[in-house]
Amino acid sequence: MDLSPIWLTLKLAAITTLILLLIGLPLAWWLSKKRSLAKIVIEAIITMPLVLPPSVLGFYLLLAFSPQHGLGHWLQQTFDVQFVFSFKGLVLASVIYSMPFMISPVKSAFQQLPASLSQASYTLGKTQWQTFWHVLLPNIKPSLLTATVLTFAHTLGEFGVVLMIGGNIPGVTRVASIAVYDSVEQRDYSSANNYSLILFAITFVMVLSVFIYNKYQAKSPLE
Amino acid sequence: MIAVDIEKKLKAYNGLQVLRIKKTFLPRGITRITGPSGAGKTTLLKMIAGLISPDSGTIKTNDTNWFDASQKINLPPQQRRVGFVFQDYALFPNMTVKQHLEYATDDAEWINRLLTIGGLETFANHKPDHLSGGQQQRLAIMRALAIKPKLLLMDEPFSALDMRMKSALIADLQVLFAELGATTLIVSHNPQELDGVSGDELEIG
Repeated sequence: MDLSPIWLTLKLAAITTLILLLIGLPLAWWLSKKRSLAKIVIEAIITMPLVLPPSVLGFYLLLAFSPQHGLGHWLQQTFDVQFVFSFKGLVLASVIYSMPFMISPVKSAFQQLPASLSQASYTLGKTQWQTFWHVLLPNIKPSLLTATVLTFAHTLGEFGVVLMIGGNIPGVTRVASIAVYDSVEQRDYSSANNYSLILFAITFVMVLSVFIYNKYQAKSPLE
Repeated sequence: MIAVDIEKKLKAYNGLQVLRIKKTFLPRGITRITGPSGAGKTTLLKMIAGLISPDSGTIKTNDTNWFDASQKINLPPQQRRVGFVFQDYALFPNMTVKQHLEYATDDAEWINRLLTIGGLETFANHKPDHLSGGQQQRLAIMRALAIKPKLLLMDEPFSALDMRMKSALIADLQVLFAELGATTLIVSHNPQELDGVSGDELEIG
């Protein structure tokens, strides 16, 4: 059995999760603070991939980044970067597609922390960044772990978006979920079953670990 | 000395009410702030600390303008360096007793002294959820004192302490306040709470 789709999937999920941790944490923190109309609109846009058919999102990403059209054409001409039918494109699509899974739980966790925690830190002379790093972030650890694992697991299971923007190029964009579909098309049920079993096992172990961790995590008085 | 002359609209169950405070707190003095629930006692402390902005007026100390609505001056809490004891303690669940104090100051000797005064030496490595209500409240007070503030704002700081512990702690705190030269404002709904502490009184509402 060709294991490259499994490695490619794991690589895609790891990179997507890392990028979403870097941009998602500050974004979720910003969204958790005082509400404004702009924030509500941004939050609605971030949440769209949860309800939109993945093929719709994939279709628009394909249009936007196609080298024949505006943005895609400009990116290719200026930076020699092509997102369509490339691993970079998969990462971009996955970041957009999995964003609500990172942002939503982390934002809720920040909102549930009492405002007096930040205020106490400010009265001690600490900046917003020091407060974020030393006080807020450590106190949302269980939610952060859940968000990270959900983002990773959700990226493993992507199909529609990656097929639309990445296609099915072995070793480049042929991730495990596409390999399953492809094997079934070719009536190779044994390979389909192997890929499916591996995906099932990985996601089950991950989700189970989070449930066990959260159950045995010492409850803080805030939870 | 800190001179407060401010106004702030507060939401009340029967619509809006306006909190008006004009008062000069003398240096090294202890002022007890009393008033019914919802009168704005906590809001007043938070406005002085810079955590909430008044609608209009001024807050001035001897040499600095902390807040002046007409001149659009509003120093952030980090620059006011006010010691603040929150009514809900606002302890950090991820930090031990000692880490709370270390987060506020690098002065190890001062930290040890605060641990002793707060009766918290044996709990130095405990996190807040392993402390009793009284210990948590004492930690909140010690953390506020850790920055050696010139102005200390305390919101119901002794509510969880028994009589004996309270008297002993207040006696120790008075020594510390004198040493720091701190001006202290204490919100308290219990008229007997600060018996024996000579000081001024401000009634709100």
